[in-house]
Amino acid sequence: MEIFDIFLLEAVLNGILLGGLLALLSLGLNLIFGVIDVVWICYAEMIMIGMYAVYALHVQQHWPLLAAMAAGIAIVALLGALMHQFVIRPVLSAEPINQLLVTGGVLFFLQAAATLAFGIEFKNLGVRLPPVVIGEMSFSFPRIIAFAMALAGVAATWLLLTRTYIGTAIRAISQDRGIMPLMGVNPGRVFVVTSALGGSLAGLSACLLVLQYDIHPAIGLSFGPITFLICVLGGLGNMLGGLVAAFIFAQFISVGGFFFAIEWGYVIAFVFFIAVMFWRPQGILGGK
Amino acid sequence: MKYFLLALLALLAGTPFYGLGNYPLHLVIMCLLWGYVYTSWSIMGRLGLVSFGHGAFLGIGAYSVVMLWNHFGVSPWIGAIAGVVVSVIVAVIIGLPCFRFKIVGHYFALVTLALSEVTRLIIVALRDQTGGSLGATPNTALAQGNAWSLGALQFSEKIVWFYAILAVWLAGLWVWAKVDRGMTRLALEAISQEEEAAASIGINVTRSKLFVTLISAVMTSIGGVLYAQYQLYINPETVSGISISLQMVFGVIAGGMYVMLGPTVGAVFTLLLAEGLRLALGDSFKQFPALDLAIYGLMLVLFIIHMPKGILGTAAQIWQRRAAAKAPARG
Repeated sequence: MEIFDIFLLEAVLNGILLGGLLALLSLGLNLIFGVIDVVWICYAEMIMIGMYAVYALHVQQHWPLLAAMAAGIAIVALLGALMHQFVIRPVLSAEPINQLLVTGGVLFFLQAAATLAFGIEFKNLGVRLPPVVIGEMSFSFPRIIAFAMALAGVAATWLLLTRTYIGTAIRAISQDRGIMPLMGVNPGRVFVVTSALGGSLAGLSACLLVLQYDIHPAIGLSFGPITFLICVLGGLGNMLGGLVAAFIFAQFISVGGFFFAIEWGYVIAFVFFIAVMFWRPQGILGGK
Repeated sequence: MKYFLLALLALLAGTPFYGLGNYPLHLVIMCLLWGYVYTSWSIMGRLGLVSFGHGAFLGIGAYSVVMLWNHFGVSPWIGAIAGVVVSVIVAVIIGLPCFRFKIVGHYFALVTLALSEVTRLIIVALRDQTGGSLGATPNTALAQGNAWSLGALQFSEKIVWFYAILAVWLAGLWVWAKVDRGMTRLALEAISQEEEAAASIGINVTRSKLFVTLISAVMTSIGGVLYAQYQLYINPETVSGISISLQMVFGVIAGGMYVMLGPTVGAVFTLLLAEGLRLALGDSFKQFPALDLAIYGLMLVLFIIHMPKGILGTAAQIWQRRAAAKAPARG
């Protein structure tokens, strides 16, 4: 019984660490949805591109890891801006579902582009950090870094949105898309900045994921769905709700995976999601 | 136009006798099979119910027959019925609350996405029974030089499959046309424009939506059964989960959601794009493993921006405009 409890505690703590990472993953998507009202179904694929960028610069071009990561974030941020300019802008006035679908085309394209450039073999940075052992519990060190960085990313985004002029403009646009142009805010510019910001958050997620997981072209499909579900569960566009939802999901996955197989953890989390949608379709913290 | 389509159908029905060889015949069968599955999806998709969860029904159909056959020796005919029943139950469990609580648009898409992922994960998690990610193969019933086993729904000759799947595809188109002419379509079109207004003039929103959802789910799970029995190999990634669900959605969009043959054209287009590139590039195709997917993704983006009606939809539009331009001159 004693041992059982300590492993359960380990699962719970690991769940919290995973929650931080999931929170960061969903943050950029939530930001983009809240401001532009578009779901980027290819968001996870942009993270995948970021992971490949870090891999290519660090392993193939022998850049220092931190420089490669900074460049990776910049690349995905640029990709986000391009994505808005060339894919989303032409369909801004189309039906919402078309906006969702058009990003699906980008999903296929990015997956294929990564396959063309890097092949389908699994790649990794070759950086292996030792686990952190506390008593009888062990935690993956990259996961602790990811947790800390995720919290830092969330805090930085919050500061940006509340303390700067462009942040205020972004929040204003997200509250009323119709009226802000009349107040002298250029929504086109705000949208591009938001997309780049969302992209840079995807880039940051990529830097943290690449420390823990192997990279392959279909990796986006493995964590993409969960990212969307977290955003919806928290109330699409509601960043605080997204944070709460990320930690709830992470507990389901971690503790569910502790009692059963890891897939069952996901199954429980997804079924929970569907049930909550019927109970509160606007998300756990969303307003009516 | 009608005679032209009939002639085309007659031409299609003769495919096995053109001496094309096994591989081209296989491609035609795959076009028809996926054409049927895409048509099934479009029955609800074109009425504003964009589901990202049809991988669930495909997976339920495929795994029901194979699991019942392999573990209990139940004939695939019964297994198919079981698959359909399970699909109906799942469609009601998900559909009813979605429609009652007005979960529409991208919320509906994402809830159904969760459904298809749940199906895939359950199949993987039950790996002791299903073989997990490695997939499963139905036990063969074709020992001792038997080419046919009607009871086990296994045929080694492609020609049998060709006609079976051709018939199912035609039946799918018939259902599509039936729904197209029914009152439910008009009701659902009204709903997809303005749900509150439609409800206020006496349309039962939940029932109309559930009706097309059930048709679509049943047809898709039959598609899963056919896929399993024809390919004799299934895998959780290829019959369920997010990637196959997205493939269905985008195949239909590429072909054209609002015309009867649009989904089939989408299936032909996606399958032949890869084949066409293989032919055009020859051996160098192998150096570009995902070139077809890259072109496909790029074309989807361009399609949705510039021709949201898809290939066949746009072609039909141009054709109608020409016909309209010619008509006054004749009259």
